[in-house]
Amino acid sequence: MATVGLEQNNQTKPLWLLAELTYRCPLQCPYCSNPVEMSKYKKELTTEDWFRVMQQARKMGATQLGFSGGEPLVRKDLEDLIKEARRLGFYTNLITSGVGMDEARIVAFKEAGLDHIQISFQASNEELNNYIGKSKSFQHKYEMARLVKKYEYPMVLNIVLHRKNVDQIKDILDMTVDLNADYVELASTQYYGWSRINIEQLLPTREQLKNAELVAREYQEKMKDKMKVIYVIPDYFENRPKKCMNGWGNIFLTIAPDGSALPCHAAGQLPGLEFPNVTDHNLEWIWNESPDFNKFRGTSWMKEPCKSCDEKHKDLGGCRCQAYMLTGDATNADPVCGKSEFHEELHSDVDRIGKLAGDEKFEAKPLVFRNMKNSKNFTAKKTPETV
Amino acid sequence: MTIELKKEDILEISPTFRFQWEEMQNCYVVLYPEGMVKLSQSAGEIMKRIDGNKSIIDMIDDISTAFNGADVEKDVLKFLEVAYGNGWIRTK
Repeated sequence: MATVGLEQNNQTKPLWLLAELTYRCPLQCPYCSNPVEMSKYKKELTTEDWFRVMQQARKMGATQLGFSGGEPLVRKDLEDLIKEARRLGFYTNLITSGVGMDEARIVAFKEAGLDHIQISFQASNEELNNYIGKSKSFQHKYEMARLVKKYEYPMVLNIVLHRKNVDQIKDILDMTVDLNADYVELASTQYYGWSRINIEQLLPTREQLKNAELVAREYQEKMKDKMKVIYVIPDYFENRPKKCMNGWGNIFLTIAPDGSALPCHAAGQLPGLEFPNVTDHNLEWIWNESPDFNKFRGTSWMKEPCKSCDEKHKDLGGCRCQAYMLTGDATNADPVCGKSEFHEELHSDVDRIGKLAGDEKFEAKPLVFRNMKNSKNFTAKKTPETV
Repeated sequence: MTIELKKEDILEISPTFRFQWEEMQNCYVVLYPEGMVKLSQSAGEIMKRIDGNKSIIDMIDDISTAFNGADVEKDVLKFLEVAYGNGWIRTK
């Protein structure tokens, strides 16, 4: 059979297509995963471009499709994109803040064939939620989450955790129980881009994490037949790196709003990448042949201590973006790893912030919110990595 | 799961999961938010008979007939318990 040959060649497939439809967003979360330089990207792919990308990805075996952003709801053609995705046989995920949604649109998405809606909350109380997102969105999100369940979608609630909200973890989980979530993602902030700029204000303390883990475990046990709670401790506190994106060019394919194809949504910051664009190349070439997608695929790019490490197939050296950001060289081991010569430096920085946390003056430092104005400032200065 | 399946139960795929054939994987899969489970051939044979009309007994008969009268009851029940426990299927 045709597929047998492919498997023998050990060819990877882009099973997960993340379509970042736009960088426009009504929220301004200071840990946003979009690039700090997002103001440089003016052009967005057209509806027909996205149709073509989806068709090509599906043909290569993609099954999961995430509509993300920015805020995907600002795209007026979202219903059409969902319809085409469903026609092609994708499992379609809408990853949204809920801002820009209403009952009519939830119904329209259902008719178009949308499978799942994920709504983000910034906190479990209105004041903090609205402060972090810089948007009066809490009540609206709550209402939208109720409607998502009313129309029988499976619902994921996503809450990014950091020093300012992690102590509310019990309230957050009670809120997700109240909203009948099917899955809860307690996503620890990853410190790239915007969150790297704000790391001093966002990094939790070890004590906070200890408590958060206990509470998360308690709810995992208590709710196990009703709601799946996913909680991963932030890797800055670990001694072994995670297998980032399940491996470079292994199953994840991100398409940025302008059509740049990336092995991960944060990879835009790495030097030496060419960012092949879907308006110039087909996905087959981008995935299988392009230099970018082969650059860190597998283990042949590694140097010591990864190269001779007996765990190299387990974690694939961790995250390339983190290695670049913290060591200046993307081919280094992820400093989260205890074998990295930069590991101690990372942990002492974590401890430094931990000691300062709670200090009135330290806590008063303002957050840099994710918006086009700040993006322009930082892009002009080109300093975010060194902040 | 606290509730157990009975052989007279009529089953359907839960609305929060999707079951479909994947050409590129050459197998049936169960899809859910941001995830996918690949099914073995026998699991696929069982799942594709869940249509909201057939009882478990009907399904066992049907599969047995399709496989030359083989005794499949134990395997079918074992898989259905797993599928039910995972929330992929529910009783009607």
